[in-house]
Parts: sequence; C-alpha cells; structure tokens
Amino acid sequence: MLAKIKLVKTLIGAAVLATGLSGAVQADEVHFLIPGGAGGGWDGTARGTGEALMKSGIIDKVSYQNMSGGGGGKAIAHLIETAKTQEHTLMVNSTPIVVRSLTGVFPQSFRDLTPIAATIADYGALIVRKDSKYTHWDQIVADFKENPNKVKVAGGSARGSLDHLIAAAAIKNEGLDPMKLRYVAYDAGGKAMAGLLSGETALLSTGLGEALDMAKNDQVRILAITAEKRVKDAPEVPTLKEMGNDTVFANWRGFFAAPGTSEAQAEKFSDMLKEMYATGEWETVRSRNGWVNNFVPYGQFFGFLEQQEKTVGSLMKELGFL
Amino acid sequence: MLDGILAGLGTAVMPMNLMMVVVGCLVGTFIGMLPGLGPITAIALMIPLTYSLEPSSGLILMAGVYYGAIFGASSSSILINAPGCSATVVTAFDGNPLAKKGQAGKALAVAAYASFTGGTLGAIMLLIAAPALASVSLSFQSADYFALMVLGLSAVAAFSGKGQVLKAIMMTILGLMLATVGTDRSEGVERFTFGQLDLIDGFSFLLLAMATFALAETLMSVLKPENPNNSATEQKMMSELGSLKLTKEEVKSVAAPTLRSSFLGFFVGVLPGAGATIASFLAYGVERNLAKPEDKKQFGEGSLKGLAAPESANNAASTGSFVPLLTLGIPGSGTTAVLLGALIAYGIQPGPRMYIEHPDLFWSIIISMYFGNVILLILNLPLIPYLAKLLNIPRPYLIPMILLFSITGVYLVSFNSMDIMIMVAVCMAALGLRLLSFPMAPMLLGFILGGMLEDNLRRALLIGDGELSFLWERPLTLTFISIAALVLFSPLLRPIWERSKARAEYEQAKRKAATKI
Repeated sequence: MLAKIKLVKTLIGAAVLATGLSGAVQADEVHFLIPGGAGGGWDGTARGTGEALMKSGIIDKVSYQNMSGGGGGKAIAHLIETAKTQEHTLMVNSTPIVVRSLTGVFPQSFRDLTPIAATIADYGALIVRKDSKYTHWDQIVADFKENPNKVKVAGGSARGSLDHLIAAAAIKNEGLDPMKLRYVAYDAGGKAMAGLLSGETALLSTGLGEALDMAKNDQVRILAITAEKRVKDAPEVPTLKEMGNDTVFANWRGFFAAPGTSEAQAEKFSDMLKEMYATGEWETVRSRNGWVNNFVPYGQFFGFLEQQEKTVGSLMKELGFL
Repeated sequence: MLDGILAGLGTAVMPMNLMMVVVGCLVGTFIGMLPGLGPITAIALMIPLTYSLEPSSGLILMAGVYYGAIFGASSSSILINAPGCSATVVTAFDGNPLAKKGQAGKALAVAAYASFTGGTLGAIMLLIAAPALASVSLSFQSADYFALMVLGLSAVAAFSGKGQVLKAIMMTILGLMLATVGTDRSEGVERFTFGQLDLIDGFSFLLLAMATFALAETLMSVLKPENPNNSATEQKMMSELGSLKLTKEEVKSVAAPTLRSSFLGFFVGVLPGAGATIASFLAYGVERNLAKPEDKKQFGEGSLKGLAAPESANNAASTGSFVPLLTLGIPGSGTTAVLLGALIAYGIQPGPRMYIEHPDLFWSIIISMYFGNVILLILNLPLIPYLAKLLNIPRPYLIPMILLFSITGVYLVSFNSMDIMIMVAVCMAALGLRLLSFPMAPMLLGFILGGMLEDNLRRALLIGDGELSFLWERPLTLTFISIAALVLFSPLLRPIWERSKARAEYEQAKRKAATKI
C-alpha cells in the first residue's frame, strides 16, 4: 500500500514535471529551457540538475520546457527574443553550440547569451572491437600512413561534428593529413557502435562514457582518450597526450542565461550550481548517469568558450568545413 | 540458462512486479492512445517514477509502458485516422476504412488480437533465442540495410489502389524528395531548408502522417460530403459499433498473415538500424503481395489482413528491439536509447554478459513481457465498446476534435509552434493531391525509407571505397536485391506468362477440336 501511495505521488510529480511550463515569477526558482525533446542528453542534464537543486533544498521551484527545432537553434532564438521575461531561465547546452555557430547553422553564438557555467564533461574516446587486430593507437597511425582507406572511422553524427573533429584532430596531431580520413557517419551513437561491432568500420570515435559502458562488457577496447591525464574511472586507458599526440578535448555540458542578465544574477546562478556540486543529491544524480564533474564557473566560462572556439575553428578550417 | 530463466520467473511473479506490469501496460495504453504521443513520451514520463523502484520493477514497468503504448496506439489510428505513434501509421490504412464501414469493434478486436500474437510470439522468441540472436543484429551492415530498404520500396505497388501505380510511384518519389529536406546526415550540409531554422531537422514522420491522414482526410469529408444522404448513412454506420466477434473464416484468413508478420516484425526489430515503423510497412507490403487477387483489392479499403499484418509486426518488432538493447547494449531507436539510459542509471550495463551477471533481471524482463501481453489483451478487449463510442459523437463535434487532437499531438512531441504551421501547409498540399486522387500512403513509404536508403547507400559506398561491388559481394545484400528485382519485374512478366498459358490452352483446344473432326 505504501508503495502504491509513493507511486501515485511520484506519478503526480512526473506529470507536473512534464507539463510544468513557466508559471508566475517568483524568487528562488529556476526555469530550465531544453533545446531538444524528452529523453535526450540535454533533457537528462537539465532534469538531473533540477532534481539535485530541488531535493537538496537549494531551490524551491523548478520547471522545465522542451523546445526542439533547428538542431537546438530554435531555443537559442527564443531565449534571445524573449530575454526580458526570462530572468529565471537557464538553457542547457553543450559543445555543439560552439561548432554550430562557427559553421553558421546558428546565426547566434554564445556571445549573444550569458554563459553561466559548465557543469559536466565527457572526453573523446577512440575504440576498436575487442577482437580487432589493433591493440595500440600507433598501429592505427601506421596503417593510416600506408593507406588511409584502410582505417574507416565511424561516428554517431554527421561530418564536421564532434566525433569527426576528434578523430581528425588526433590524425592531424600525428602530422598526417586529416582530409584523408575516411569518416563514416551514422545518425546515432548506438548505430555507429553497431557498425563497429558488425565489422564494417575499424575504429569508432565516441564519448568516453559510452565507451566505458561497452568496455565493461568486453565488447570493445579503448585505444586512447582525449583527456589531459588518465581518468579515475579507467586508469588503464592511455591518453593521446602521453603518446605524444597533443589532442586534448572535453565535450562539456553547461548552462546559459538570457542576454542582458546582470552580473550579480549571473554570479548567483553560478554560485547556486557550485553549491549544488557539494551536495549528496548531486552525487546521486551524477553517478547514476555516469557524468564526469568538470565545473567551469561564471568567471572562467566565457574565456573557456573563446578558447574552444579558437581550437575547433582552426581545425574546421583545415578540414575545409569553414 | 534454465536456472536464470527460473530465477527470472521468480522475480517476475513477485506481487510488486506483477503490479508494475499492470501499471505499465495501463499507462502505456492510455498515453499510446493519444494521437502523436508514443512510447518515447510515455517512458520519459515514467523515468522519475522508476528511481524509487528496484531495478527489476523499474525496468518491467518501463518495458510495459513501451509495448503498452504501441498496443494502445492502434486505437486512435483506427478510430480517427490519427496515428497514435509512428509505428501505427500503417494500421490506419485499413483500420480506419473498417471503422468507417461500421466495423470499428471488429477492427479494434483484430488489432488487439494481432498485437497480442505479435507481442507474445516475440516474447517467446526472446526467451528461446535472445543471446543467440545478438549475432543476427550484428550480421547486418550498411550494404544489407540499403538492400532491405530497396526491397521495402519495391513494395510500393502494395500501397496503391488499382490502376494507380503511376500515381503511387510519383508519390513515392515525392516522399523520397521530402526525406532529403534538412541537415544531411552524412555530410552535415543543409539541404532545401531555405535558411529556415525550423527546417534544419527536416520533416518529422509523425507530422507528415498526421497532416496527410488525420487532418487531410477529416477536412476532405467536410469538403466533399460525397452525398448528403450518404454521409448520414455513413454516420449511422460509424456510430454502430459492429460486432466484436470474428467469424471462423475471418480468423482463418488473418491467422497466416499474423503469424508471418510476427516473425518478420520480430527480425526487423532485432536489427538496430530498422525498427517498428519499418517493420509495419514491410509486413503490409509482404501481405499485400502474397494475397490472392480478390483479397488484394481489399487492401486499403478495409482488409482485415492489411490490419493484422502491421499490428502484429509492430508489436513483435518492439519486443525484438530488446535483443540488441539487452544482449549488446545497443539501442536501435530513440525509445530503446531512453531505456538504455535507465538501465545504466541502475548501474546495469546491458551487454553480452548481462544474462550471466544479472540473470534474474534479464529473464524477468522477458518473462514479464509475456504476462504483459496477456494483461494488455484483458485490459483492451473490454475497453473496445467504450472506445468505439467515440464515433457516436456527432460529426460537427467529432471533426473539430480530431483536428484539435492531431495538432496538439504533434505539438506535444516537439513543443515547436512552427510545426503546427508546417502541418497546416502540408495538409493543404495533401488536400490538393487527394482531390486529384493521388494516394498518400506511398508518400509516407518513400519518406520513411528514403532517409535510411540514402544514409546506408552512402555508408556502403564509403566503406567499399566507392565500388558498387557491395551489391553482389555480400550474400545478404544480394538476396534482398534479387527479391526486390523479382517483386518489381513480376508484374511485367505476368502478361507474358499468361499469354503463353492462354496460347497453350488455345492450341490444346484447337487440337482437341481437330481430333474430334
């Protein structure tokens, strides 16, 4: 019976969460704007953060709004247009905002918003099948030197997106021509993984989180990751950097406020997220999702974005995407 | 393995888990019934609830919601022609005409029985062969998917009425063209978006189906009430529920298509690159091609076979999609991707070792599906008379309701108001095409297959270094391409064959006559 009551309660909660659009403006509330549909990566990040904020008592009222369209561009445009009424709004976003404003898909960039903070990150990982002949990154490089067509690289998104850029950067930093890289695009990470396991591609460029999940089951081998140094969750996996390859890249997820948000309010948002970081509720959400903490506060986030824009921009230019 | 299955059975029959199956099926059925809102919305809504549950209960609940939603989604397809989710778009092709003929009750019952059969056979196949089937999921490469899509397209004739083949082909090509709108999934280049942010993601399949079927057909009945008396009788017929019972002949006629489609659907579902929507289209095409000439005419006009085939296929496919999810950790669709996220949130990594490391969990999900399908049948059959009452609503009220539900259904998936405007524009175009008696189903077929056809062809070419040799070097690809060629050219060969047969008969008769003299 108790379980039933709990169930009904949570059901009501779920319904409220799902339908909760921005209501009356109040103090100590956060409205999350999610540029994609239910169940996606952005959706999970916003709802996880909201859950930790509310359960730890930092914020009384949290609401969510999903707005898909234009690969996330619709929500950005909406936040800018209605900036005046969005003082409590935080939009979740990630590295693609940098990539897509560089390519001109988004007419706006992070400069048109108020970057608040990055909260979590995922490194790039280059993986092969467990029974692949490749056991070391150097073998890939050697085969690529001999004939670039021999090493087909899979990724879960189109050419010019992160998966492609990470693989291309790794090749470029070996002193080879990234234009020769044979990148095979799939329309989702899972399908790219299926492509790798079916043997049609030799290497898969993906996020470390997904790679670790698959490696736990002995289906794949992680050859290298794009972290600065080895990560706690996988101490046996080498970084590209230690192999003399300078590819360091973190795919961050973070939050943005409307343009024209005051300095004080932005600081308040950033402090709020920082406060959440120390709570047990956040730890629950984080470990449940396998996220890696990577906090970049308000003061540094803008500089971090500019730096990333520079690195990504020069690589994209070299690959002919700009 | 037997120990695991027994442990799973033990877990599955725990009162809490049995309750979860019931709750999941109930919630799934109701959310599925709402036009547009399908399994992904239903599961996303349940996720916060599952955090407080045991992993097995949570997963049984979510699996129940998943197949419950696909089960329930057929109701709105049949009753108001507005597909409950993309996997039940095909259900409307024959289900709605049946409802219009005053056989709503029978149509809903056939859909329920077919769904039950598909789901149950799927669960049994999962139970027997899930670990072994993992290799099937991985035996398909891009070249094979491409060939499978070509085979699917070759069924275009199945989606057109008699004498409409040319129009059907034109509409298929229109569908293929519409599939190219948006960001190209291989190169990341925008195509035909005219700089509009709202077109970057392309058209949504559900939006097209809603606009061309639910909206256009409803407006059509306003625009062209063929004959005022006629519409009154139709109204009267529609308001009659019709018998729920099937005659012996009817059961006999749908049994074989249901069984075949269940197997077909299950195997298509096992492939991570296909899914329930494709499975329902393929099953419909196959059954139309296999049907006898007199049955063939019925397709699209209210054929029980044409209803049973997609319904059993989509439920079997949604069960089949658990194979790559549980045994490989690979999600084949948005819905299974959400389920994967939920599994990982419980600290369980699905994969080849899951049924060794978490046998009770692995098998209890599968066994719960068996219970779930029985429960869905028990839940749904008594509901049919009440659901069918929807059609009792007088037309002046029913029509605006259908319009409202269809539009809100699409809006609730994307929360993008531009989608409503696109929907209205598509609906207007569809109305024009309908007035010129162009069929809409082939357009949807072209659209759903077009994107995958292109992506897989480009991947196959890239992987084969630009050589077309993949077409005959891979046995699977070659098989599919050969069958597609056979399906395409058999209508051309038939007259020749018939002519030679006729000539032989004529000569035989002549000879007979000669010997008589």
